[in-house]
Amino acid sequence: MIDIMLKGLPFLWQGLLVTLEASAIVVAAALIAGVILGVGLSYGSRWIAWPIRLFSDFVRGLPLLVLIFSIFYMLPLTGWKVSNFWSAIAALALFETAHVSEVARGALQSIHPGQNEAGKAIGLTFGQRMLYVVFPQALRRFLPPWINTVVDTVKGSSLLALVGIVDLMLSIQQVIGRTFKPMPMYVLGALMYFAINYTLSQVSRRLEARFAYVRE
Amino acid sequence: MPYHLNFNLVWKYFDRLAWGLVLSLELAAVGIVIGIVIGLGLAVLSHGAGRTVRTLVAAYVEFVRNVPLLLLVYLVFYGIPSVGGFAYDATSSFVMTLAVYAGAYLVEVFRAGLDAIPKGLIDAGRAVGLTPAQLVLHVRLPTMIRIVLPSLGNAFISLFKDTSLATVLAVPELTYGANWIYTNTFRIVEVYAVVAPMYLVTGYLLLLGLRLLERRFAIRRR
Repeated sequence: MIDIMLKGLPFLWQGLLVTLEASAIVVAAALIAGVILGVGLSYGSRWIAWPIRLFSDFVRGLPLLVLIFSIFYMLPLTGWKVSNFWSAIAALALFETAHVSEVARGALQSIHPGQNEAGKAIGLTFGQRMLYVVFPQALRRFLPPWINTVVDTVKGSSLLALVGIVDLMLSIQQVIGRTFKPMPMYVLGALMYFAINYTLSQVSRRLEARFAYVRE
Repeated sequence: MPYHLNFNLVWKYFDRLAWGLVLSLELAAVGIVIGIVIGLGLAVLSHGAGRTVRTLVAAYVEFVRNVPLLLLVYLVFYGIPSVGGFAYDATSSFVMTLAVYAGAYLVEVFRAGLDAIPKGLIDAGRAVGLTPAQLVLHVRLPTMIRIVLPSLGNAFISLFKDTSLATVLAVPELTYGANWIYTNTFRIVEVYAVVAPMYLVTGYLLLLGLRLLERRFAIRRR
Protein backbone atom coordinates (compact mmCIF):
# COMPACT_ATOMS: atom_id res chain seq x y z
CA MET A 1 0.00 0.00 0.00
CA ILE A 2 2.78 2.42 0.95
CA ASP A 3 4.68 1.77 -2.29
CA ILE A 4 1.59 2.56 -4.39
CA MET A 5 1.17 5.78 -2.43
CA LEU A 6 4.80 6.77 -3.02
CA LYS A 7 4.53 6.00 -6.73
CA GLY A 8 1.33 8.02 -7.07
CA LEU A 9 2.48 10.98 -5.00
CA PRO A 10 4.41 12.83 -7.76
CA PHE A 11 1.25 12.90 -9.87
CA LEU A 12 -0.66 14.73 -7.17
CA TRP A 13 1.57 17.79 -6.77
CA GLN A 14 0.06 19.64 -9.70
CA GLY A 15 -3.42 18.95 -8.38
CA LEU A 16 -2.45 19.99 -4.89
CA LEU A 17 -1.16 23.28 -6.29
CA VAL A 18 -4.46 23.87 -8.10
CA THR A 19 -6.40 23.12 -4.89
CA LEU A 20 -4.23 25.55 -2.94
CA GLU A 21 -4.40 28.19 -5.66
CA ALA A 22 -8.19 27.92 -6.00
CA SER A 23 -8.63 28.02 -2.22
CA ALA A 24 -6.34 31.03 -1.89
CA ILE A 25 -8.18 33.00 -4.58
CA VAL A 26 -11.56 32.14 -3.09
CA VAL A 27 -10.47 32.92 0.46
CA ALA A 28 -9.08 36.32 -0.56
CA ALA A 29 -12.13 37.25 -2.64
CA ALA A 30 -14.59 36.00 -0.03
CA LEU A 31 -12.74 37.85 2.74
CA ILE A 32 -12.97 41.21 0.99
CA ALA A 33 -16.50 40.81 -0.33
CA GLY A 34 -17.74 39.09 2.83
CA VAL A 35 -16.50 41.82 5.15
CA ILE A 36 -18.04 44.53 2.96
CA LEU A 37 -21.37 42.68 2.92
CA GLY A 38 -21.08 42.05 6.66
CA VAL A 39 -20.71 45.79 7.25
CA GLY A 40 -23.73 46.35 5.01
CA LEU A 41 -25.75 43.83 7.00
CA SER A 42 -24.80 45.37 10.34
CA TYR A 43 -24.83 49.09 9.59
CA GLY A 44 -26.62 49.49 6.26
CA SER A 45 -30.10 50.93 5.93
CA ARG A 46 -32.95 48.58 5.16
CA TRP A 47 -32.39 49.08 1.42
CA ILE A 48 -28.81 47.87 1.71
CA ALA A 49 -29.24 45.19 4.37
CA TRP A 50 -32.25 43.49 2.80
CA PRO A 51 -30.76 42.58 -0.57
CA ILE A 52 -27.64 41.32 1.19
CA ARG A 53 -29.74 39.21 3.55
CA LEU A 54 -31.61 37.83 0.53
CA PHE A 55 -28.37 37.01 -1.29
CA SER A 56 -26.82 35.41 1.79
CA ASP A 57 -29.84 33.27 2.64
CA PHE A 58 -30.26 32.23 -0.99
CA VAL A 59 -26.66 31.16 -1.42
CA ARG A 60 -26.39 29.47 1.96
CA GLY A 61 -29.67 27.65 1.41
CA LEU A 62 -28.40 25.86 -1.68
CA PRO A 63 -26.08 22.88 -1.72
CA LEU A 64 -22.63 24.02 -2.86
CA LEU A 65 -22.70 21.42 -5.61
CA VAL A 66 -25.95 22.81 -7.03
CA LEU A 67 -24.51 26.33 -6.95
CA ILE A 68 -21.36 25.18 -8.75
CA PHE A 69 -23.31 23.29 -11.43
CA SER A 70 -25.75 26.18 -11.98
CA ILE A 71 -23.09 28.84 -12.34
CA PHE A 72 -20.70 26.63 -14.26
CA TYR A 73 -23.29 25.75 -16.90
CA MET A 74 -25.26 29.00 -16.95
CA LEU A 75 -22.43 31.53 -17.12
CA PRO A 76 -21.52 30.64 -20.75
CA LEU A 77 -25.16 31.22 -21.77
CA THR A 78 -24.83 34.87 -20.83
CA GLY A 79 -22.34 35.15 -23.67
CA TRP A 80 -19.57 36.11 -21.29
CA LYS A 81 -16.32 34.38 -22.25
CA VAL A 82 -15.02 32.92 -19.04
CA SER A 83 -12.81 29.88 -18.55
CA ASN A 84 -13.86 26.71 -16.72
CA PHE A 85 -11.53 27.43 -13.88
CA TRP A 86 -12.86 30.92 -13.26
CA SER A 87 -16.54 30.09 -13.47
CA ALA A 88 -16.07 27.26 -10.98
CA ILE A 89 -14.05 29.59 -8.77
CA ALA A 90 -16.76 32.22 -9.01
CA ALA A 91 -19.35 29.76 -7.68
CA LEU A 92 -17.18 28.73 -4.74
CA ALA A 93 -16.33 32.38 -4.01
CA LEU A 94 -20.00 33.33 -3.99
CA PHE A 95 -20.75 30.55 -1.52
CA GLU A 96 -17.90 31.46 0.80
CA THR A 97 -18.67 35.18 0.55
CA ALA A 98 -22.14 34.52 1.96
CA HIS A 99 -20.66 32.55 4.85
CA VAL A 100 -17.96 35.13 5.58
CA SER A 101 -20.57 37.90 5.54
CA GLU A 102 -22.45 36.10 8.33
CA VAL A 103 -19.25 35.64 10.32
CA ALA A 104 -18.46 39.33 9.87
CA ARG A 105 -21.99 40.33 10.84
CA GLY A 106 -21.76 38.25 14.02
CA ALA A 107 -18.42 39.79 14.93
CA LEU A 108 -19.55 43.35 14.20
CA GLN A 109 -22.81 43.03 16.10
CA SER A 110 -20.98 41.71 19.14
CA ILE A 111 -19.39 45.15 19.51
CA HIS A 112 -21.38 47.41 21.79
CA PRO A 113 -23.19 50.18 19.84
CA GLY A 114 -21.76 52.67 22.34
CA GLN A 115 -18.35 52.19 20.75
CA ASN A 116 -19.68 53.37 17.42
CA GLU A 117 -21.58 56.24 19.03
CA ALA A 118 -18.49 57.36 20.91
CA GLY A 119 -16.60 57.43 17.61
CA LYS A 120 -19.38 59.51 16.10
CA ALA A 121 -19.30 61.88 19.07
CA ILE A 122 -15.63 62.72 18.55
CA GLY A 123 -16.30 63.37 14.86
CA LEU A 124 -14.90 60.27 13.16
CA THR A 125 -16.24 59.50 9.71
CA PHE A 126 -17.91 56.14 9.06
CA GLY A 127 -14.74 54.74 7.49
CA GLN A 128 -12.63 55.92 10.41
CA ARG A 129 -15.05 54.47 12.95
CA MET A 130 -14.90 51.12 11.21
CA LEU A 131 -11.16 51.12 10.76
CA TYR A 132 -10.03 52.48 14.11
CA VAL A 133 -12.86 51.64 16.52
CA VAL A 134 -14.98 48.67 15.45
CA PHE A 135 -12.70 46.45 13.36
CA PRO A 136 -9.86 46.15 15.88
CA GLN A 137 -12.33 45.04 18.54
CA ALA A 138 -14.32 42.76 16.26
CA LEU A 139 -11.18 41.03 14.98
CA ARG A 140 -10.95 38.51 17.80
CA ARG A 141 -14.56 37.48 17.33
CA PHE A 142 -14.03 37.29 13.61
CA LEU A 143 -10.81 35.29 13.25
CA PRO A 144 -11.67 31.86 14.72
CA PRO A 145 -14.95 31.32 12.81
CA TRP A 146 -13.37 32.86 9.71
CA ILE A 147 -10.62 30.24 9.74
CA ASN A 148 -13.37 27.63 9.83
CA THR A 149 -14.72 29.09 6.60
CA VAL A 150 -11.20 28.73 5.18
CA VAL A 151 -11.29 25.03 6.09
CA ASP A 152 -14.70 24.81 4.41
CA THR A 153 -13.24 26.44 1.32
CA VAL A 154 -10.45 23.89 1.04
CA LYS A 155 -12.97 21.09 1.55
CA GLY A 156 -15.43 22.68 -0.85
CA SER A 157 -12.76 23.12 -3.52
CA SER A 158 -12.83 19.33 -3.94
CA LEU A 159 -16.19 19.80 -5.69
CA LEU A 160 -14.40 21.65 -8.50
CA ALA A 161 -13.28 18.20 -9.61
CA LEU A 162 -16.87 17.47 -10.61
CA VAL A 163 -16.81 20.18 -13.28
CA GLY A 164 -13.46 18.99 -14.58
CA ILE A 165 -10.99 21.23 -12.78
CA VAL A 166 -7.91 19.06 -12.18
CA ASP A 167 -7.44 19.77 -8.50
CA LEU A 168 -6.15 17.36 -5.86
CA MET A 169 -9.42 15.43 -5.91
CA LEU A 170 -9.43 14.91 -9.67
CA SER A 171 -5.70 14.09 -9.75
CA ILE A 172 -6.40 11.32 -7.27
CA GLN A 173 -9.15 10.03 -9.53
CA GLN A 174 -6.85 10.19 -12.54
CA VAL A 175 -4.12 8.18 -10.83
CA ILE A 176 -6.72 5.60 -9.75
CA GLY A 177 -7.95 5.48 -13.34
CA ARG A 178 -4.53 4.14 -14.31
CA THR A 179 -3.60 1.97 -11.36
CA PHE A 180 -7.03 0.55 -10.47
CA LYS A 181 -5.96 0.61 -6.82
CA PRO A 182 -8.40 3.04 -5.20
CA MET A 183 -7.70 2.59 -1.52
CA PRO A 184 -4.07 3.76 -1.26
CA MET A 185 -4.68 6.88 -3.30
CA TYR A 186 -7.85 7.86 -1.44
CA VAL A 187 -6.08 7.40 1.88
CA LEU A 188 -3.14 9.44 0.63
CA GLY A 189 -5.49 12.16 -0.63
CA ALA A 190 -7.39 12.17 2.65
CA LEU A 191 -4.11 12.59 4.54
CA MET A 192 -3.11 15.51 2.29
CA TYR A 193 -6.41 17.30 2.80
CA PHE A 194 -6.21 16.49 6.49
CA ALA A 195 -2.71 17.96 6.79
CA ILE A 196 -3.89 21.28 5.33
CA ASN A 197 -7.18 21.52 7.19
CA TYR A 198 -6.04 20.19 10.55
CA THR A 199 -3.29 22.81 10.62
CA LEU A 200 -5.87 25.51 9.94
CA SER A 201 -8.29 24.11 12.53
CA GLN A 202 -5.56 24.09 15.13
CA VAL A 203 -4.72 27.73 14.38
CA SER A 204 -8.40 28.56 14.81
CA ARG A 205 -8.55 26.70 18.11
CA ARG A 206 -5.40 28.41 19.42
CA LEU A 207 -6.75 31.82 18.52
CA GLU A 208 -10.08 31.05 20.15
CA ALA A 209 -8.38 29.96 23.35
CA ARG A 210 -6.09 32.99 23.29
CA PHE A 211 -8.92 35.44 22.72
CA ALA A 212 -11.16 33.80 25.31
CA TYR A 213 -9.15 35.50 28.06
CA VAL A 214 -9.81 38.99 26.75
CA ARG A 215 -12.90 40.36 28.44
CA GLU A 216 -14.10 43.86 28.34
CA MET B 1 -28.09 33.51 -30.53
CA PRO B 2 -30.46 34.22 -27.67
CA TYR B 3 -31.45 31.35 -25.43
CA HIS B 4 -35.14 30.50 -25.36
CA LEU B 5 -36.50 29.23 -22.10
CA ASN B 6 -38.53 26.07 -22.38
CA PHE B 7 -39.77 24.54 -19.18
CA ASN B 8 -41.92 21.86 -20.83
CA LEU B 9 -39.18 19.26 -20.78
CA VAL B 10 -38.54 19.91 -17.10
CA TRP B 11 -42.21 19.44 -16.26
CA LYS B 12 -42.30 16.31 -18.40
CA TYR B 13 -39.64 14.68 -16.22
CA PHE B 14 -40.66 16.42 -13.03
CA ASP B 15 -41.37 13.10 -11.29
CA ARG B 16 -37.62 12.44 -11.32
CA LEU B 17 -37.13 15.65 -9.37
CA ALA B 18 -40.01 15.01 -6.99
CA TRP B 19 -38.85 11.49 -6.17
CA GLY B 20 -35.30 12.77 -6.04
CA LEU B 21 -36.32 15.24 -3.38
CA VAL B 22 -38.04 12.48 -1.41
CA LEU B 23 -34.90 10.33 -1.63
CA SER B 24 -32.73 13.28 -0.56
CA LEU B 25 -34.86 13.71 2.54
CA GLU B 26 -34.75 9.99 3.22
CA LEU B 27 -30.97 9.87 2.89
CA ALA B 28 -30.63 12.81 5.26
CA ALA B 29 -33.10 11.30 7.74
CA VAL B 30 -31.43 7.88 7.87
CA GLY B 31 -28.04 9.59 7.92
CA ILE B 32 -28.88 11.73 10.92
CA VAL B 33 -30.51 8.88 12.86
CA ILE B 34 -27.39 6.70 12.53
CA GLY B 35 -25.28 9.81 13.05
CA ILE B 36 -27.10 10.51 16.32
CA VAL B 37 -26.45 6.94 17.49
CA ILE B 38 -22.74 7.32 16.64
CA GLY B 39 -22.49 10.82 18.09
CA LEU B 40 -24.39 10.16 21.29
CA GLY B 41 -22.67 6.81 21.80
CA LEU B 42 -19.20 8.24 21.42
CA ALA B 43 -19.99 11.31 23.51
CA VAL B 44 -21.25 9.16 26.39
CA LEU B 45 -18.36 6.74 25.92
CA SER B 46 -15.71 9.44 26.09
CA HIS B 47 -17.47 11.33 28.87
CA GLY B 48 -16.06 9.35 31.75
CA ALA B 49 -13.55 7.26 29.79
CA GLY B 50 -9.80 7.13 29.96
CA ARG B 51 -7.26 8.76 27.74
CA THR B 52 -7.06 6.07 25.03
CA VAL B 53 -10.77 6.17 24.29
CA ARG B 54 -10.85 9.94 24.22
CA THR B 55 -7.86 10.09 21.87
CA LEU B 56 -9.49 7.58 19.52
CA VAL B 57 -12.75 9.52 19.49
CA ALA B 58 -10.87 12.77 18.91
CA ALA B 59 -8.93 11.16 16.05
CA TYR B 60 -12.18 10.09 14.38
CA VAL B 61 -13.74 13.52 14.84
CA GLU B 62 -10.71 15.43 13.56
CA PHE B 63 -10.14 13.12 10.60
CA VAL B 64 -13.71 13.26 9.34
CA ARG B 65 -14.12 16.98 9.90
CA ASN B 66 -10.96 17.91 8.05
CA VAL B 67 -11.42 15.79 4.93
CA PRO B 68 -13.82 16.74 2.12
CA LEU B 69 -17.08 14.81 2.20
CA LEU B 70 -16.67 14.01 -1.50
CA LEU B 71 -13.41 12.20 -0.77
CA LEU B 72 -15.07 10.23 2.03
CA VAL B 73 -17.91 9.28 -0.32
CA TYR B 74 -15.42 7.92 -2.87
CA LEU B 75 -13.30 6.29 -0.18
CA VAL B 76 -16.21 4.37 1.28
CA PHE B 77 -17.76 3.37 -2.04
CA TYR B 78 -14.71 2.59 -4.16
CA GLY B 79 -11.86 2.31 -1.66
CA ILE B 80 -13.06 0.09 1.15
CA PRO B 81 -14.70 -2.64 -1.00
CA SER B 82 -11.51 -2.85 -3.10
CA VAL B 83 -9.49 -4.01 -0.09
CA GLY B 84 -12.29 -5.61 1.89
CA GLY B 85 -13.34 -8.03 -0.84
CA PHE B 86 -17.03 -7.22 -0.45
CA ALA B 87 -19.42 -4.77 -2.03
CA TYR B 88 -22.48 -2.76 -1.12
CA ASP B 89 -24.89 -0.72 -3.18
CA ALA B 90 -24.39 2.99 -3.76
CA THR B 91 -27.31 4.14 -1.63
CA SER B 92 -26.33 2.30 1.54
CA SER B 93 -22.70 3.26 0.98
CA PHE B 94 -23.66 6.92 0.77
CA VAL B 95 -25.94 6.76 3.78
CA MET B 96 -23.18 5.18 5.87
CA THR B 97 -20.72 7.85 4.74
CA LEU B 98 -23.20 10.56 5.59
CA ALA B 99 -23.83 8.99 9.00
CA VAL B 100 -20.12 8.75 9.79
CA TYR B 101 -19.72 12.35 8.65
CA ALA B 102 -22.67 13.55 10.73
CA GLY B 103 -21.49 11.50 13.71
CA ALA B 104 -18.20 13.39 13.82
CA TYR B 105 -20.03 16.70 14.12
CA LEU B 106 -22.66 15.39 16.51
CA VAL B 107 -20.13 14.00 19.00
CA GLU B 108 -19.13 17.59 19.76
CA VAL B 109 -22.77 18.67 19.93
CA PHE B 110 -23.70 15.93 22.39
CA ARG B 111 -20.55 16.44 24.42
CA ALA B 112 -21.42 20.12 24.82
CA GLY B 113 -24.99 19.09 25.65
CA LEU B 114 -23.87 16.68 28.34
CA ASP B 115 -21.52 19.28 29.83
CA ALA B 116 -24.27 21.89 29.88
CA ILE B 117 -26.54 19.93 32.24
CA PRO B 118 -26.53 21.84 35.53
CA LYS B 119 -24.76 19.93 38.31
CA GLY B 120 -27.52 20.85 40.74
CA LEU B 121 -30.06 18.99 38.61
CA ILE B 122 -28.10 15.73 38.87
CA ASP B 123 -27.52 16.25 42.59
CA ALA B 124 -31.24 16.82 43.01
CA GLY B 125 -31.93 13.57 41.17
CA ARG B 126 -29.52 11.71 43.45
CA ALA B 127 -31.08 13.34 46.48
CA VAL B 128 -34.53 11.98 45.66
CA GLY B 129 -32.99 8.54 45.32
CA LEU B 130 -32.86 7.95 41.55
CA THR B 131 -30.69 5.06 40.43
CA PRO B 132 -27.93 5.90 37.91
CA ALA B 133 -30.09 4.44 35.09
CA GLN B 134 -33.09 6.51 36.14
CA LEU B 135 -30.83 9.54 36.42
CA VAL B 136 -29.83 9.10 32.77
CA LEU B 137 -33.36 8.44 31.59
CA HIS B 138 -35.26 11.07 33.52
CA VAL B 139 -32.72 13.81 34.15
CA ARG B 140 -29.74 13.74 31.80
CA LEU B 141 -31.39 12.81 28.51
CA PRO B 142 -34.46 15.09 28.67
CA THR B 143 -32.31 18.05 29.69
CA MET B 144 -29.71 17.33 27.06
CA ILE B 145 -32.23 16.92 24.23
CA ARG B 146 -33.53 20.43 24.83
CA ILE B 147 -30.01 21.79 24.75
CA VAL B 148 -28.92 19.99 21.57
CA LEU B 149 -32.16 20.24 19.56
CA PRO B 150 -31.26 23.47 17.70
CA SER B 151 -27.85 22.07 16.72
CA LEU B 152 -29.41 18.79 15.64
CA GLY B 153 -31.86 20.68 13.47
CA ASN B 154 -29.09 22.64 11.80
CA ALA B 155 -27.11 19.45 11.29
CA PHE B 156 -30.11 17.86 9.61
CA ILE B 157 -30.61 20.76 7.19
CA SER B 158 -26.92 20.73 6.44
CA LEU B 159 -27.04 16.97 5.76
CA PHE B 160 -30.02 17.48 3.50
CA LYS B 161 -27.90 19.80 1.38
CA ASP B 162 -24.96 17.37 1.52
CA THR B 163 -27.11 14.62 0.00
CA SER B 164 -26.51 16.40 -3.33
CA LEU B 165 -23.11 14.66 -3.36
CA ALA B 166 -24.84 11.30 -3.78
CA THR B 167 -25.16 12.22 -7.45
CA VAL B 168 -21.52 11.14 -7.97
CA LEU B 169 -22.53 7.57 -7.07
CA ALA B 170 -25.60 7.79 -9.34
CA VAL B 171 -27.96 7.61 -6.38
CA PRO B 172 -31.14 9.07 -7.89
CA GLU B 173 -31.61 11.97 -5.50
CA LEU B 174 -32.54 15.54 -6.44
CA THR B 175 -29.24 16.70 -7.95
CA TYR B 176 -28.94 13.44 -9.87
CA GLY B 177 -32.44 14.00 -11.22
CA ALA B 178 -31.41 17.51 -12.28
CA ASN B 179 -28.30 16.24 -14.05
CA TRP B 180 -30.26 13.45 -15.70
CA ILE B 181 -32.73 15.93 -17.17
CA TYR B 182 -29.87 18.18 -18.20
CA THR B 183 -27.92 15.45 -20.00
CA ASN B 184 -31.04 14.18 -21.74
CA THR B 185 -32.74 17.43 -22.71
CA PHE B 186 -29.94 20.07 -22.42
CA ARG B 187 -32.33 22.42 -20.58
CA ILE B 188 -29.76 23.32 -17.95
CA VAL B 189 -31.07 26.78 -17.05
CA GLU B 190 -34.64 25.59 -16.66
CA VAL B 191 -33.66 22.53 -14.64
CA TYR B 192 -31.62 24.47 -12.13
CA ALA B 193 -34.19 27.26 -12.04
CA VAL B 194 -36.60 24.59 -10.74
CA VAL B 195 -34.20 22.56 -8.59
CA ALA B 196 -32.66 25.49 -6.71
CA PRO B 197 -36.03 26.67 -5.32
CA MET B 198 -36.83 23.05 -4.42
CA TYR B 199 -33.74 22.91 -2.20
CA LEU B 200 -34.35 26.39 -0.81
CA VAL B 201 -38.03 25.89 0.00
CA THR B 202 -37.50 22.44 1.51
CA GLY B 203 -34.63 23.72 3.62
CA TYR B 204 -36.72 26.65 4.78
CA LEU B 205 -39.71 24.45 5.63
CA LEU B 206 -37.43 22.13 7.60
CA LEU B 207 -36.13 25.14 9.50
CA LEU B 208 -39.68 26.28 10.31
CA GLY B 209 -40.66 22.79 11.42
CA LEU B 210 -37.64 22.53 13.67
CA ARG B 211 -38.32 25.88 15.30
CA LEU B 212 -41.86 24.67 16.05
CA LEU B 213 -40.45 21.46 17.50
CA GLU B 214 -38.08 23.45 19.70
CA ARG B 215 -40.97 25.54 20.99
CA ARG B 216 -42.97 22.38 21.64
CA PHE B 217 -40.15 20.93 23.75
CA ALA B 218 -39.22 24.14 25.49
CA ILE B 219 -39.70 24.26 29.25
CA ARG B 220 -42.58 26.57 30.07
CA ARG B 221 -41.46 29.09 32.61
CA ARG B 222 -43.84 31.20 34.59
